[in-house]
Amino acid sequence: MPLNFTLALRNLFHDRLRFVATMIGIVFSVVLVLVQMGLYLGFGRVVSTMIDHASADLWIVRQGTKCFEDPSLLDARVRDDVLATAGVASAEPVVIGFSDWRLPSGEMTPVFVVGSDLNASGLHPWNITEGSIKALAGDEAVAVDQTYFKRLGISGIGSTADLRGRPVHVAAVTDGIRSFTTTPYVFADLKHARGYTGVPANKLSYLLVKLKPGANTAQVQHALRSSIPNIEALTPAAFRDRSRNFWLFGTGAGAALFAGALLGLIVGTVIVAQTLYSSTKDHLDEFATLRALGSSNAYIYRVIVYQALLSAVIGFCFAAAIGFIVVEVTTKGALPVVITPTLIAAIFALTVAMCVASALAAILRVLRIDPVMVFSR
Amino acid sequence: MSRKLYPMTQPVLEAKGVTQVLGSGAMQVRALKDVDFTLRRGELALLMGPSGSGKTTLLSVLGCMLTPTAGTVSVCGKSTAGADAEELARLRRDHVGFVFQSYHLFTTLTALENVQLALDVRGRRGNDAQSGARHALVRVGLADKFAATPRELSGGEQQRVAIARAIVSDPPAILADEPTAALDGENGHSVMKILSTLAKESKRGVLVVGHDPRLMPFADRIISIADGRLVDERAGGTGVPRLRAAGGS
Repeated sequence: MPLNFTLALRNLFHDRLRFVATMIGIVFSVVLVLVQMGLYLGFGRVVSTMIDHASADLWIVRQGTKCFEDPSLLDARVRDDVLATAGVASAEPVVIGFSDWRLPSGEMTPVFVVGSDLNASGLHPWNITEGSIKALAGDEAVAVDQTYFKRLGISGIGSTADLRGRPVHVAAVTDGIRSFTTTPYVFADLKHARGYTGVPANKLSYLLVKLKPGANTAQVQHALRSSIPNIEALTPAAFRDRSRNFWLFGTGAGAALFAGALLGLIVGTVIVAQTLYSSTKDHLDEFATLRALGSSNAYIYRVIVYQALLSAVIGFCFAAAIGFIVVEVTTKGALPVVITPTLIAAIFALTVAMCVASALAAILRVLRIDPVMVFSR
Repeated sequence: MSRKLYPMTQPVLEAKGVTQVLGSGAMQVRALKDVDFTLRRGELALLMGPSGSGKTTLLSVLGCMLTPTAGTVSVCGKSTAGADAEELARLRRDHVGFVFQSYHLFTTLTALENVQLALDVRGRRGNDAQSGARHALVRVGLADKFAATPRELSGGEQQRVAIARAIVSDPPAILADEPTAALDGENGHSVMKILSTLAKESKRGVLVVGHDPRLMPFADRIISIADGRLVDERAGGTGVPRLRAAGGS
């Protein structure tokens, strides 16, 4: 191990107060960036959760549909046109819409109803912990997530309520199907969902298309677009991206998250730069001595950069530990913070870059060191 | 530790007609005026003079920390003319060892690491460097202080660590800036004895700057400087003056 690394390590820990200040700066900054980016990823996942869990090769949507929650409706006859298109094996209708859930206390709370044909593959509730999809086929049966029991004033299977003036009972309970808007999802059979949302029988929200084996997705998309007016045929990936882009960038939420992350980076850079600079100033005599001993400038820069890197690694470890605690705490929330290995690697690289960039001011200070100063001190 | 070979007759440090101007404008000072000086292997030269006489400036010029405004400086036959900061650093690294008045040891490093650092800046690492550093500390009588930090050492011991650091890379020239100024008589004597021995036994050129008369018995030559000029040179020890022309060698 080169001695300038040892020197950097010892200098770093020598002034404990400054070391703590550096760590606080880095940890604050990295946690802020990590959480903001984790929220970004979590937001991205939550807004596309319905698309991710649907069984479809293509989504037929009304032209200009911005996201899954978009209230635009298709004409029900479109389904016949879709089924008539070469390569299409099935097209299952889905109906969505906001509705009013009346609690036993008489209070009303908004819910988001998702209805599909429970006998066909399509968009069904997942992670069912109680009851079954089969049980949803019964009259007035709905599925809700256990997270929303309190909000909906229910206690579990068999609980009853009133949905848009129609009585419903809970026939299935799910775990982890949450909406980022905090409006609970309520799953129902297609026929009943129409009643709960007010979508008439001649309209539908989406068609979930399954292709015949060997069918070319792009060719089917092209055929659908050219033969049916006012629709779009989107792959799940395209619809997912569109939904995410709408919620993250169309609403400004993504920009706010990135702005928060940028702020964290700036604060971290300033704090680390300030502490590195003051540490360098305190050790100017040592750097001048190194210069007098004949060390190259690069050798001295490495002392400062090693200090920056050591600060980055130690600070990042603390920040990552806090980040994982935040993940645990938010995992059951409406907007979980998601940390992926890629995000961790990217934030680590960013932390290192931030700390090394912070060393610039200190390096510029060292650049002006005159070795002659060792004679005057 | 490989030893660099230089002809014994060749001066290790040589200044010819050196003038050094410091500062600019109204603050401009001619710190050295047409100075000629030669330091040879095997000798300990003592440069004496009052404060502000130009001692430290001459040390800085001879130690390749400053390039002279006029005149030439050669280190082991290599001129410093036109050298940039990195080239001067290389000359220091290869040919000059320094001992400072206030030691300038690294407080967070042990004695051994402080000495090793002088090899580390030269790219010498590992067991070879460690054994070289141990050897240098043994030579200055600090065999039992390898693991001590500067705070755990007396002033005399710290200066001996600094001497070990100066000699560990086996430079032909050692420049010492008032090495005994911060020491008591006994420690000062001990440090000067080491420097004198280094000059005689290792055939290095040692230049000591100071104004303590107690340094004189250790010097082979005593050079006086006043107002930027070398004004007197005499043999050391005997104290026999040998007058020299102002600015001449």
